[in-house]
Amino acid sequence: MSEKILMKGNEAIGEAAVVAGCRHYFGYPITPQSELIEYMAKRLPQVDGVFLQAESEVAAINMVYGAASAGCRVMTSSSSPGISLKQEGISYIAGSQLPCVIVNVQRGGPGLGSIQPGQADYFQATKGGGHGDYRNIVLAPNSVQEMADITIEAFDLADKWRNAVMILGDGALGQMMEPVEFKESSSKPVEKSWAATGRRGRAKPNIVNSLYLQPDLMEKHNHVLQEKYAKIQAEETRWEALNTEDAEVIVVAYGITSRIAMTAINKARANGVKVGLFRPISLWPFPSQPLAELAKTAKAFVVFEMSAGQMVEDVRLAVNGAKPVSFHGRTGGMLPTPKELYEKIISVANGEGGK
Amino acid sequence: MAERTFGRPEALLDVPTHYCPGCHHGIIHRLVAEVIDELKVIDRTIGVASVGCSALAYDYFNVDMVQAPHGRAPAVATGVKRVHPDGVVFTYQGDGDIAAIGTAEIVHAAARGERITTIFVNNAIYGMTGGQMAPTSLVNQVTTTSPYGRKQDSAGMPIRLSEMLATLDGAKYLARVAVNNPANMAKAKAAIKKAFEIQIAGLGFSMVEVLSTCPTNWGMSAIESGTWMEKNMMPYYPLGTFRSGEEVAK
Amino acid sequence: MNQEMIFAGFGGQGVMLMGQILAYAGMMEGQQVSWFPAYGPEMRGGTANCSVIIGDEAVGTPIVTEPQVVVAMNLPSLDKFEPHLAAGGILLINSSLIERPAKRSDVKALLVPCNDIAKELGNPKVANMVMVGAIVAASGVVKIESVLQVLAKKIFKNKPEVMQLNEQAIRRGMACIS
Repeated sequence: MSEKILMKGNEAIGEAAVVAGCRHYFGYPITPQSELIEYMAKRLPQVDGVFLQAESEVAAINMVYGAASAGCRVMTSSSSPGISLKQEGISYIAGSQLPCVIVNVQRGGPGLGSIQPGQADYFQATKGGGHGDYRNIVLAPNSVQEMADITIEAFDLADKWRNAVMILGDGALGQMMEPVEFKESSSKPVEKSWAATGRRGRAKPNIVNSLYLQPDLMEKHNHVLQEKYAKIQAEETRWEALNTEDAEVIVVAYGITSRIAMTAINKARANGVKVGLFRPISLWPFPSQPLAELAKTAKAFVVFEMSAGQMVEDVRLAVNGAKPVSFHGRTGGMLPTPKELYEKIISVANGEGGK
Repeated sequence: MAERTFGRPEALLDVPTHYCPGCHHGIIHRLVAEVIDELKVIDRTIGVASVGCSALAYDYFNVDMVQAPHGRAPAVATGVKRVHPDGVVFTYQGDGDIAAIGTAEIVHAAARGERITTIFVNNAIYGMTGGQMAPTSLVNQVTTTSPYGRKQDSAGMPIRLSEMLATLDGAKYLARVAVNNPANMAKAKAAIKKAFEIQIAGLGFSMVEVLSTCPTNWGMSAIESGTWMEKNMMPYYPLGTFRSGEEVAK
Repeated sequence: MNQEMIFAGFGGQGVMLMGQILAYAGMMEGQQVSWFPAYGPEMRGGTANCSVIIGDEAVGTPIVTEPQVVVAMNLPSLDKFEPHLAAGGILLINSSLIERPAKRSDVKALLVPCNDIAKELGNPKVANMVMVGAIVAASGVVKIESVLQVLAKKIFKNKPEVMQLNEQAIRRGMACIS
């Protein structure tokens, strides 16, 4: 397929997974990601894949755990409350070092929350979420095309690092339609000599496990994980910087919020304000280094999120007090308007936002 | 020449287990391993260990194993089986794992007719965590979380999982067995073999519930616990076949 | 320059599809496009609306807050979105179902009796297509040929027998705009 088609973000993730060679999907319906599970239900049988609607998000992530243990490319998706339910399985996946792709089409929270777009699961996605010391690679697209491209890349990264990759979208990206083009995946299947496939002539059994009853061995395993995470931080950090070279004000935003911010930034630029956008694409590993570099040239930072202020903490750690970092957020499923972001940019540019 | 008539099954590794003296896990492991050998499926068997005393089953079986979160073994096994439909996939779960925290997973795996086999070891107590009340603990049974005995008016009656699953069409073979004497062991092995055969034939879900002792947490000797099981467990958990597999044989 | 539009009506009037047809037509012409639905329980029988952006610039926010074109298929939609229309913008009113005139005098209000024309054509379902024709004629955001291509190749790919009626409806809608 190279023709452009108009697709919802949720559907684009589904098609991209198929392009990436994913033939197993386990999920449970929840708004606003249901188009994705519906897409997989329709699409996977056409490519001799396995679609299974689980009895719960808990069961779905454990089916993912089983399928990943068995050595295949596998995906699940949900939205905020459902992702909370998956955290137990995600921790086991981290402990057992299993590759898989998990999609969170975020909505407003906490609790049952709202069904409109949110970004309040940033902490949960990037700081662990489940129990134990672990990290998921977290990628945040901001267009339907990027949702497709990132999904394909996510499967490669998962296999490369034997790690869960979470695609952190939101209801707006999931529901909106934009043109999308699916390029062939260039990735080659990765040999998974560790997988539980049945011995099939192998002398010794393969065991997929996260249990270490001896604490010294558990610590040793943790060291292995931390070494891996350090390498991922060194190699897989992704971001986009637009108009930041001469910018006095740097807006930091990801996902749909970065799109709204771009509209506000363009208007501010047109009015002579030197403002640029720094957009983290990998939320973990977080692009701290390039932000620290920008702190040398910019005068102030302002973070826009659909949360009460989560990513802003990572921005402040990166900027490390060198320049003021202010924040503007909306919560509960409310999207900020370009107008309110524009006004915030202007106030920061005028030196009023340095709190 | 003397003929060797008894030895360790190939599907069982030559390592000492951590199970307590008088516990039935060792016997049940052996029966499962013998069945794997006899069916010649060691090369395509994938076991799923659960959480409980048998969490370390992956150290004992000579087949590929996945260790599952508490109660989730049927979901994990579903994932494994859907990737390897030609594999022989079994879960090995205790009563706390399967009949409390994992109730949804076992019910729905059975309802889907998932082509997996579950070995369900019922000893009416939480063994690994130190003898707490299980969903299968008997009325008036004293445990560390029912120090005055299980009370029906607050904890309800123990769950008979095999009978419950027998209402589901996807469950093709369901039997309750015991391994407290040689005759019962022979019947238990036959049931386990039948359960695996049902799976291999692609007919649907199969489960064998094996009654077991827990001398340590019951606070008894091995012999006393055998008697206690016969007198108290067997009347409430009658041995028998609840779905014979014959329904699907035609 | 991008055209920002809002399509609104009650659930079942086909307003989401109207937006998608326009976005698809824009994409076929090589324009930058986006379609964004207001989603939620209110979509079932309540008011439904979607934002569509078409133009030659990369789309920033896909959510339209100050539209240049508002399409109101029923009265609640007109009440809700008329105040947001940019000065000089186009206000398309389904006059079959909306009796009041536009309140704004700084916009170009156009009346399209969508349901009456659809009834004349023998199928009330094509009321939204009448409006699609009117939008194309009034805004020029996409070419009519592109719209017809979208219908033939995407929307009614498996139902070619309904193409003629839908094209008729579109042309009648265009004719409403002089």
